[in-house]
Amino acid sequence: MKHSFDIVVVGAGPAGLAAATAVAEAGRRVAVLDENPRVGGQIWRASLSKVARDRSKERAVARFEASGAKLFSGHQIVDGDAAGALESWVAATQSLETFSFERLILATGARERFLPFPGWTLPGVFGAGGLQALVRSGYDIRGKRVVVVGTGPLLLAVAAHLKQDGARVVLVAEQAPLSQLMQFGLSLITRPGKIVQGLSLRAQLANAQYRTGCWPVAALGDGTVTGVRLSDGSRTWTEACDLLACGFHLVPNTELATLLGCEVGDHGVVVDADQQTSVASVYCVGETTAIAGVDAALLQGRIAGLAAAGRASEARTLHMQRDAERSFGRRMDRAFALRKEMLTLAMPDTIVCRCEDVRFSQISQAAAPGNGWTNAKLQTRCGMGPCQGRICGPALNALFGWKNTSVRAPLFPLPIAALCSSPLATDDATTLVTQEN
Amino acid sequence: MKPFDVVILGAGIVGSACAYECALAGMRVAVVEPAVPAGAASAAGMGHLVVMDDSEAQLALSHFSRELWRELREALPQTVEYEECGTLWVAADAEEMEEVLAKQQRYANSGIASEMLDERALLEAEPGLRHGLAGGLRVPQDGVIYPPTAAGYFLSVAQQRGAQLIQGKRPVRAAEGEVVFEDGSRLSAGWIVIATGTDTSLCPWLKIQPRKGHLVITDRYPGVVRHQLVELGYLKSAHSVSTDSVAFNVQPRKTGQLLIGSSRQYGELKRKADPEMLRRMLDRAVEYMPSLKQLSVVRVWTGFRAATPDKLPLIGPTPDSTVLVAMGFEGLGITNAPGAAKLVLHHLTGAAVPMDPMAFLPSRVARAEAVHA
Amino acid sequence: MRDGTAVNAAMIGLIVNGEALQVRRGSTVAAALLNAATACRISESGEPRTAVCGMGVCFECRATVDGIAQQRTCQMECRDGMVVETQR
Repeated sequence: MKHSFDIVVVGAGPAGLAAATAVAEAGRRVAVLDENPRVGGQIWRASLSKVARDRSKERAVARFEASGAKLFSGHQIVDGDAAGALESWVAATQSLETFSFERLILATGARERFLPFPGWTLPGVFGAGGLQALVRSGYDIRGKRVVVVGTGPLLLAVAAHLKQDGARVVLVAEQAPLSQLMQFGLSLITRPGKIVQGLSLRAQLANAQYRTGCWPVAALGDGTVTGVRLSDGSRTWTEACDLLACGFHLVPNTELATLLGCEVGDHGVVVDADQQTSVASVYCVGETTAIAGVDAALLQGRIAGLAAAGRASEARTLHMQRDAERSFGRRMDRAFALRKEMLTLAMPDTIVCRCEDVRFSQISQAAAPGNGWTNAKLQTRCGMGPCQGRICGPALNALFGWKNTSVRAPLFPLPIAALCSSPLATDDATTLVTQEN
Repeated sequence: MKPFDVVILGAGIVGSACAYECALAGMRVAVVEPAVPAGAASAAGMGHLVVMDDSEAQLALSHFSRELWRELREALPQTVEYEECGTLWVAADAEEMEEVLAKQQRYANSGIASEMLDERALLEAEPGLRHGLAGGLRVPQDGVIYPPTAAGYFLSVAQQRGAQLIQGKRPVRAAEGEVVFEDGSRLSAGWIVIATGTDTSLCPWLKIQPRKGHLVITDRYPGVVRHQLVELGYLKSAHSVSTDSVAFNVQPRKTGQLLIGSSRQYGELKRKADPEMLRRMLDRAVEYMPSLKQLSVVRVWTGFRAATPDKLPLIGPTPDSTVLVAMGFEGLGITNAPGAAKLVLHHLTGAAVPMDPMAFLPSRVARAEAVHA
Repeated sequence: MRDGTAVNAAMIGLIVNGEALQVRRGSTVAAALLNAATACRISESGEPRTAVCGMGVCFECRATVDGIAQQRTCQMECRDGMVVETQR
């Protein structure tokens, strides 16, 4: 199926919704494509469990729905050309659909960064945001003892949600030292709203310990996780748990931007004051440009939406506020910077690439000077599995400084039928008809 | 004295195999690789070890090479994923069955084992194939490897024997026993072997054309395919000189993944996969094996074969008595690398090879103007 | 029950490795498998694996759903009568 819009937005999280709303309100025809069944992205993900009402989400979604922007859920972008077309795979209908556009706004969000440590592949070990997402989609964790480890503001938020969902949060272990976090806290005085947020999360955790300056050394268990060994640099100890949630802050999803030829820097997709990328027809907003949180995402979305709709000047008043949110993000990056111990957690036999079970020693052998990730990929298959390096890539970047430069379509695995002439072959169709009769 | 007996330009599968043979023969070897070893055609290809019978010379070289691979297999590390899965040439109709018969004759004349299958035996051997195919020819001793690690093995053995890998430097001239690099530095050696695949910048007189191919790799589906499956029409595809073509060609990897090919295009230099070519290629694959449709594609990529006008590689001396080439392997670089390395050694030391080396001399297809060089 | 149909409107019935399982409507297949303490797949070196990222990125939650292998179960909502097979 072919669709044509003035502007296409990829991602229906806060940034994408704000962008699409602004475009539609400016009278342009806009489509929002998102791989998930419902709007909200990760941070505003719908939940089966009881969650506190999020008024900013409700407002944003209501305004989006009233704006006239058209939503296409369940569309996974697999290919694109900045000259004006995207291809999406729709699993529900087993079809590829094409969207042509004049301008494109990327709001592809971020994912958790994982760092390999012994035992991190055991069942029962999850991403922190990953566990929260799974709980929201029906995983029952009532009564389970959970330890949350890693770094970043997400840890506290996740811990609070898991507790609401009935888990017993035993410990939240933040690797960043208190001194570093204090500096961040002080810098938050300019953003009182966020301090309140942090404090309320802290209060909700009640009996759970929140410890800074400590980190996971190994996940323990035979067949499933039963505990985690932690260290604070001077001593190590073990906490028993049923589930271990780990996350080492976030990394932007830059694959589509890279495929389209947009410049990507150390923090994400490079954009100018109007959120325009190095490719003139493409704008980028939210976490994809740099991790800075939901407030930055909303502002950036609105700025890009107005700019893409040809009303950049109307967005100028938002620039200062957006820049302040961005610098909040940069301070956050510094506060949660990885300590050097985080880069030495992997033992020689620790799996780094989960798709292909490539171990740290295999990769370090291939990591001779002059050889980047390409050589390690060819010699060890590291990053060659179906996740296409999305999990091990950021880890390899942290451990070896490698960057993934080869991004190719399809961006996500899809069935061979999708690349053939007739996705639903006649024999399948016949079978279906016969069954209905 | 020159610091090296031989400097090999290019650390693809062919250059690496040459380094291996020369180092085992006791030479002082340098291997020059401007990018990543085995990172171009060696990484893009399938890794099918196959005896090809499209000409006497090709049959001799590919048979010799396949046997060299078979001798090596005990020594190859696990990561090379050598598997003697055999090739199954699939005949669609009665006409192709006649070709199966002729093919079996040619193989038999060279002492190569093969086995004719009728329709029933074909489906027993590969239950995923569609019904109504005529039959096929199983060549049980053909195999499959993962080429980058095989090249890595050759290089590491050569390095253990003292060979030096010079990485990250691009040679811009190779003549009269001297290699000149982009940065102005030089390296001298008794001989230079150019093994740079489709890159003929050091030997522009060679008639080598890049011939683009597409490949698809799936997620893991162990047991779905058991042999390397190739339609008999493949030879038509491989031999068509002017037109774009596709052929049914599916390879089971030791990992349970399937590699699906193949396509051939001249005059197409863009790296990006061409959706139309991909569609034609996969339509062909699904036509032979309908069950492939639901399998999940993990990656799609393209590569460039080094094609010569007569489909045979260019192996041997050039007008410059210090320079040899080992190039132009088209789709058979992986299979033919060990044999090509023995041919190179033959030209350097006179070591015997069980075939006529003259058939591969570059002079047969060199451009007329090269005569003056 | 055995045929994997729901007993009430809030619940959905599916078959996981031949066993009937009831889950809340709206649950993803990955969540259903976690509730049943069933691993999704066996890794290359033989480790059992379950969903990790919960957002369709890590591919650890792949399983066979309604006869189609290697599906990301964290991106699929359960449907009445769905048949799920995991690697064992």
